[in-house]
Amino acid sequence: MMRTVGILFLTAALLGIGGKSASAQPMPYITLASTTSTDNSGLFSHILPLFEAASGISVRVVAVGTGQAIRLAERGDADVLLVHHRPSEEKFVAQGYGLKRYNLMFNDFVIVGPADDPAEIARAAKATEAFMSISERRAVFASRGDNSGTHKLELSLWEKNQLDVSKVSGTWYREVGAGMGATLNIAAGMNAYTLVDRATWSSFKNKAALKILFQGDSILFNQYGVIAVSPRRHPHIKADLADQFIGWLISDKGQRAIVNFTIAGQSVFTPNASKIPLR
Amino acid sequence: MLPLILTDVSLWRDGNTLIEGVSVTFSPGTKTIVLGHNGAGKSLLLRICHGLMGPDSGSVAWAEKSPEGHRRQAMVFQKPIMLRRSVRSNVTYGLKVNGVPKLRRQEIADMNLKRVGLADIASRPAAVLSGGEQQRLALARAWALAPDVLFLDEPTANLDPAATQSVEEIVEEIHGGGTKIIMTTHDLSQARRLADEVVFMHQGRMAEHTPADQFFDSPASAEARAYLNGELRW
Amino acid sequence: MSEIFSAFAIAFELIVSLDRELYTIIGRTMYVSISAVAMAALLGLLLGAVLAVYRFPGRRAVIVVLNALMGLPPVVVGLVLYLFLSREGPLGFLGLLFSPTAMVLAQFFLILPIIAALSHQFLRDLYLEYQEQLCSLGARPNQVVFTLLWDGRVNLVTVVMAGFGRAIAEVGAVLIVGGNIAELTRVMTTTIALETSKGNLALALALGIVLVFGAIGLNAAAYTLGGVSTYRRI
Repeated sequence: MMRTVGILFLTAALLGIGGKSASAQPMPYITLASTTSTDNSGLFSHILPLFEAASGISVRVVAVGTGQAIRLAERGDADVLLVHHRPSEEKFVAQGYGLKRYNLMFNDFVIVGPADDPAEIARAAKATEAFMSISERRAVFASRGDNSGTHKLELSLWEKNQLDVSKVSGTWYREVGAGMGATLNIAAGMNAYTLVDRATWSSFKNKAALKILFQGDSILFNQYGVIAVSPRRHPHIKADLADQFIGWLISDKGQRAIVNFTIAGQSVFTPNASKIPLR
Repeated sequence: MLPLILTDVSLWRDGNTLIEGVSVTFSPGTKTIVLGHNGAGKSLLLRICHGLMGPDSGSVAWAEKSPEGHRRQAMVFQKPIMLRRSVRSNVTYGLKVNGVPKLRRQEIADMNLKRVGLADIASRPAAVLSGGEQQRLALARAWALAPDVLFLDEPTANLDPAATQSVEEIVEEIHGGGTKIIMTTHDLSQARRLADEVVFMHQGRMAEHTPADQFFDSPASAEARAYLNGELRW
Repeated sequence: MSEIFSAFAIAFELIVSLDRELYTIIGRTMYVSISAVAMAALLGLLLGAVLAVYRFPGRRAVIVVLNALMGLPPVVVGLVLYLFLSREGPLGFLGLLFSPTAMVLAQFFLILPIIAALSHQFLRDLYLEYQEQLCSLGARPNQVVFTLLWDGRVNLVTVVMAGFGRAIAEVGAVLIVGGNIAELTRVMTTTIALETSKGNLALALALGIVLVFGAIGLNAAAYTLGGVSTYRRI
């Protein structure tokens, strides 16, 4: 039995080698765990070819939610982590999973909803007021519900209103448990409000009757950080290549590449790397 | 490898006795016809002799083992089972599992298909053959094994008179080559045509085992007499 | 609704414009699923035939488990395989996570029970039909296994294509162990999921249409090669 399993794995490995040599040239690579919001916006397909050309290193992007990306990196399944929930990132470094955290870039979150704005959030001064208004009118709200960075920010906004959304879940508050794009599709289908990062929103094609109704509050600031996974815990981690990648991202070249990425003529992310690691 | 000796053979299924205490010796050379009503145990007896089923008690013994083990026997069933292959491959298959070399297999198969008149359609799928052709193919397949004993379980029950006749002719020809024939039938006229001796089964027991002439003229058992009278009334 | 019409237009345009990315993804999809199906068929058909022919302790339990595993959610397969292939898992040292090989393995484990269970069901019926004849001809169980596989080939093509259909259509397992990495592990279904999440509904649907046509073409090819056409005329 064990021999059969062994043969199977061997066959699979051989097939895998055949497939790789057929599809891509042998090139050193690193695995980057990142979020769907960054990947879906098209940022990576804009900047990674530039890095690849400059360094000869290919970057394999696995795009999942922030929570899952961190779990991947903790288990040693990625060399670099690029996410947007600062407290989680700092915890990741403090626990010894990551080497150093660098600020990379930012954009902001916006609240989108039905164009006729039944909860009248467009008149709100603060994001918390907008959320309060949605809950008071019991307007339908689509929540990611997947422990992502976006979800965590959304939860903190409800908390600031002293609202326990777990009690209203299933009524006007709908946890979809999906990525940003899927949540937007659902929000478009239900004509619901939702919280979304500007990058995903700008590149999203199925907006239906949804539009941006609230933006600009500093609480909706969305900072992205980048961290090299520590090789101390996982010796196979390609620390050297990861270091080159992060070095390039926070260099002038990398930062310019980020600002040069535009959707409809507008930059989606604002680079703000500092070469000195924060903390 | 003959004679084949059955000693006190019994078979039970689900609390019913299907074969009870049959002791009989099958000698080489003759054509033995097994007669009896439906459910008398004819087919089961044949399967036990052929080795498809083991008896629950008693013994089935061949006088001597042939060099190839006990495989110098073959069987033709009431409903021919056709492998999903060509006519020729149906014959070569039996030779292959018995270890006949490939070139020899083709030769033997073609020869036997010719003997049963199927040489012209040797490459057709066996499934497209008519019932009579299928039974002839089953005979060729059995014949190709050059068996010492050929068992036939009501081989003509589903066939029309013409096909029945050609099956009987082939059986005679196989017998002519020195093969012992043991065949069940419920067709009395066929039994009269073919039988050298008769084994008469009644309710799982062997009621009598006598030469054919004697059986049809003056059966020894009351059951056989009743059977012959009953059948003749039809 | 307008999406559906534009989807067909986009699908047509993608196919005729020989879009390089699309064809790379189709090639990778085929490579992954065909590799998985080839391995699963090799083992699954053999397993199905062995379960149909041999009687051994635990056989019924194996059959029950295989039947139950036919309904295994792909996400579960992906998750379990992820835990094995992850660097912290027992097979992490192989470094197979996020590779086409990992996707092949995921689909292999997903469809092995389907191919084994369906082929067992079909071959068991075929064995019931063949059993006495093959035993009579003297075929040994290991020969019977290969006889069933060969004679059942027409139906087994359907079984294998059912496995292929499930492999090529699933997204949950390959997404988890493949990571949907561009130019490396992105296949048709993960691309469709990705484009849907970007709101490109028409493009996603167009890719779905391409997938369906690909599957139709492959099935047609398989049935032709499997000789179904010859046998359907019978």
